[in-house]
Amino acid sequence: MEFLQPADWAEALAVKAAHPDALPIAGGTDVMVDLNFDRARPGALLDLTRVTDLTDWGTDGDWLRVGAGVTYRRLIDELAGRVPGLALASRTVGSPQIRNRGTVGGNLGSASPAGDAHPALLAAGALVELASVRGTRRVPVTEYFTGPKRSVRTPDELIAAFLVPARPGAEQFAKVGTRNAMVIAVCSFALSLDAATRTVGTGIGSAGPTPLRATEAEAFLAAELPWETRGAVPESVAARFGELVGSAARPIDDVRGSADYRRHALAVLARRALAWAWTDPGGAV
Amino acid sequence: MTVSTVAPATVEGGVGTSARRPDGILKVAGEFAYSSDLWADEMLWGATVRSPHPSAEIRAIDITAAVALPGVYAVLTAADVPGARHYGLEVVDQPVLAIDEVRYEGEPVAIVAADHPETARRAAARITVEYAVRAPVTDPEDALSRGDLVRHVPVRRFASAGGTALTADVVVTGTYEVGMQDQAFLGPESGLAVPAEDGGIDLFVATQWLHVDQKQVAACLGLPAEKVRLSLAGVGGAFGAREDLSMQVHASLLALHTGKPVKMVYGREESFFGHVHRHPARLSYEHGATRDGKLLYVKARIVLDGGAYTSSTPAVVANAATLGVGPYDVPTVVVEAYGVYTNNPPCGAMRGFGAVQACFAYESQMDKLAAEVGLDPVELRRRNAMTTGSVMPTGQLVHGPAPVADLLALVRDRPLPPAATGDPRERPGGVANTTRGEGVVRGVGYAIGIKNVCFSEGFDDFATARVRLSVVGGEPAVLVHTAAAEVGQGLVTVQAQIARTELGVTKVTVATADTSVGSAGSSSASRQTYMTGGAVRAACQAVKATVLARVGRAGELALVDGKVVASDGAVVASLVDLLGNDVVEETVEWRHKPTRPLDPVTGQGDAHVQYAFAAHRAVVDVDTELGLVRVVEIATAQDVGKAVNPQAVVGQIQGGTAQGLGLAVMEEVQVVDGVIRNPSFTDYLIPTILDMPPMAVDVLEMGDPDAPYGLRGVGEPPTISSTPAVVAAIRAATGRPLTRVPVRPEHIAL
Ligand SMILES: Cc1cc2nc3c(=O)[nH]c(=O)nc-3n(C[C@H](O)[C@H](O)[C@H](O)COP(=O)(O)OP(=O)(O)OC[C@H]3O[C@@H](n4cnc5c(N)ncnc54)[C@H](O)[C@@H]3O)c2cc1C
Repeated sequence: MEFLQPADWAEALAVKAAHPDALPIAGGTDVMVDLNFDRARPGALLDLTRVTDLTDWGTDGDWLRVGAGVTYRRLIDELAGRVPGLALASRTVGSPQIRNRGTVGGNLGSASPAGDAHPALLAAGALVELASVRGTRRVPVTEYFTGPKRSVRTPDELIAAFLVPARPGAEQFAKVGTRNAMVIAVCSFALSLDAATRTVGTGIGSAGPTPLRATEAEAFLAAELPWETRGAVPESVAARFGELVGSAARPIDDVRGSADYRRHALAVLARRALAWAWTDPGGAV
Repeated sequence: MTVSTVAPATVEGGVGTSARRPDGILKVAGEFAYSSDLWADEMLWGATVRSPHPSAEIRAIDITAAVALPGVYAVLTAADVPGARHYGLEVVDQPVLAIDEVRYEGEPVAIVAADHPETARRAAARITVEYAVRAPVTDPEDALSRGDLVRHVPVRRFASAGGTALTADVVVTGTYEVGMQDQAFLGPESGLAVPAEDGGIDLFVATQWLHVDQKQVAACLGLPAEKVRLSLAGVGGAFGAREDLSMQVHASLLALHTGKPVKMVYGREESFFGHVHRHPARLSYEHGATRDGKLLYVKARIVLDGGAYTSSTPAVVANAATLGVGPYDVPTVVVEAYGVYTNNPPCGAMRGFGAVQACFAYESQMDKLAAEVGLDPVELRRRNAMTTGSVMPTGQLVHGPAPVADLLALVRDRPLPPAATGDPRERPGGVANTTRGEGVVRGVGYAIGIKNVCFSEGFDDFATARVRLSVVGGEPAVLVHTAAAEVGQGLVTVQAQIARTELGVTKVTVATADTSVGSAGSSSASRQTYMTGGAVRAACQAVKATVLARVGRAGELALVDGKVVASDGAVVASLVDLLGNDVVEETVEWRHKPTRPLDPVTGQGDAHVQYAFAAHRAVVDVDTELGLVRVVEIATAQDVGKAVNPQAVVGQIQGGTAQGLGLAVMEEVQVVDGVIRNPSFTDYLIPTILDMPPMAVDVLEMGDPDAPYGLRGVGEPPTISSTPAVVAAIRAATGRPLTRVPVRPEHIAL
């Protein structure tokens, strides 16, 4: 197996173009598991950890642009105020060791329906920046996932960054697992309430073949929320929102939980997240 | 000459002190050599081909593509087994390699040796096995009606002669289920087999009982036992999962075949197929009582799924049956316990061994009964608590201390933990931000359990110890040699403590356990401190008698600080002078008092050696809408007779309790149609530090006059009652019946 170590971004793209089947490796927390279990035997590994551009973040117009190689640890420490929902999600990823190594770029690269960054990115209306020697494109994350562990990324492309609105809404993220730490989501839910645009963003994890948006629930809530008065959310609105989120899921029965439970739990999470985001626009606890 | 054998009260690093473990720092620093770290020059790596089907006929095995792979040294199938083609702990029924059929998913079919582990795995993948797949038998009740019975143990005892009518003012019934738990030891099955010049094998392996392995391996290799020499390699946990053979015969076969050392190490996934699990069980109970909560009768039917082979199922069934009503005085008992064969993964020994399943059922019933008669659950239990002089359902009189009521009072009287502080790590769901208090209800639950210590039913249970006293470097020094397996429980430390106490010598070395000394029996049944501890003590006392005989002086003499001391404290001689260049060595085979078989019809008989008890109180916070549980605190009280090493005792209590908590809320090997769906630590979840709460531990030391130092086996009781205590607490918080463990979120929330 070849081990390719580009020194910078331009070289990384060139190497990827020359070796489209080389497997990128960032934190390695998915890649090394696959190698260990003999699930993947790539001809070459493309090590991205020397590409410093990938570990930068900064504003880009109305957007906050975060390099694909920024770890969960850094998201929590440096960006909790700017990406509150994603920071909440980051806290739930694996263990301290995994958060020290794992990256959102890697989460997007694996494109698992259970990836914890994805619901938060969906709710925030994020863009995924994909690049190749052919050029750079920004894909709405809502269009990024095409199936279980599949995305629109072409073999010669790398993930450069993700972008979220520089001014976040009130964001929440919650994840259900069958133990209190180090657990893959049975289901997860992210919410973003943007008072300025009076829009609602949602993201559902681990309850369908891809991470999902609850589009109908978003439209319903955007129309029903008392944006003007900022009064209490009527119980009936919260309950209906929960139902719509539950029914937007496309869960299955598996070892981690039943489809019925996932729908039920998503409805509960949606109601709770709504209450927290509405009363505490600051987001993170 | 009369020589006193009374040992001094406390000796530095002796019995009753928390002497430091020699492996502690190495393990924490990651430097301890486990069986998976073994290495020999020129060694080969073994790999195993396993059946993907729970039941199939083998039509053909084609190994040509595997043999053709460069780097492959051997590919063996059943036809290559030179000796017995089956093995087993007591019933010899499990094929070394499948013969014409496979009976469970993961059954070994062929083995490969190659010069690289990857090559071995690739070669294994190139072996094609033609299967004719059969419909597996996976429902234990079906198996029972087909007559696929491993063992039926009835226990029948009636308050009045001939009175068989079971009637009472208050009757509660319930059917309970226990899922398949895994021991989840962290060091996977592994070892190194080295071919010897005499045509034999030196096998370095992580196991629980070297001699029972030796016997089985020798039979399968067609060698006399003395040509199969086993040494204990570093064991990364056992919990019963190393009682049965895994890679022992396979690695030895490959080593004999190739003439090279062969190492085998299972991966985590393979490990789930490489060892037996805890028996899943279905238990139907009926409890009859008076209106004031005095038990009149218990009727129970227990079905344990033994899976494809016998393993230790017969003894597990006997435990479930004889301990099936719990630590209570019950005038009339009718228990029918069955173990059956299915095409599910084989089940055998796991910490608690049949007592775990029964305890979940009888303690759930006790709570139900308490609610029915309007009594506090602890009060109901205390009213029925057995005590010294009680008679077990088997008719066995309980001689030693049985402080059941006291243990319950201890956990009940502990102050309750404060409300959660708001730290997200204290909430159900942990940092996953699922609640800020919404839906969270606190619950408290109690349970107590009973366990037999040592081997039962007339088994000739013994342990051997060799103790040598000599002068090394101008100091008296002791070498203790046994075949007892240190599986992480601290047995090496305990053996040295006993030698220090008995011989008054600080410098004690414990030799690596191997088969060049007699059997120590298994590190199971909470028996090893009792048995090998007892043997070491007896051997030390024999050494002491020999040494003191040299003094040639009557009167009470003791060994203290390397000196022979008279009863008035006067030093009579130093060991250094007394021994000179001599070596005093004694080997003792030590037995506990004999037990009796159970009557096959009535289940009566003095089958057990010693009973051990632990009580638990669990406090939980449950998110009743999401079904997530956070165990807030567990209080426990256990009688250990004598805490030989207090720190190790508390360690056993904490670890055992965690394992019981795991069974209560998360641990299950999920098997569908005979196929394991979650053979990984991604989906077989064990508690993390955020799941295991702080514990309040009370250790009682009520000496058992029959046991060495009065000690009582410690390892298993904590695992038994923690499960029902946690579930009782969840029931208290939710009002749900929760008749199955592990409790899953959907059982609470839907
Ligand atoms: C013990 C453990 C616990 C875990 N817990 C969680 C959890 O709770 N939640 C969760 O969501 N995940 C979890 N994971 C999975 C993993 O940590 C995450 O998916 C993580 O985000 C992967 O990031 P990484 O940088 O390690 O990716 P890597 O393993 O390096 O790569 C993952 C994939 O992305 C590709 N890739 C990486 N970077 C790029 C790039 N710039 N361009 C194109 N492709 C790229 C790789 O080729 C690979 O296919 C866990 C993993 C482990 C081992």
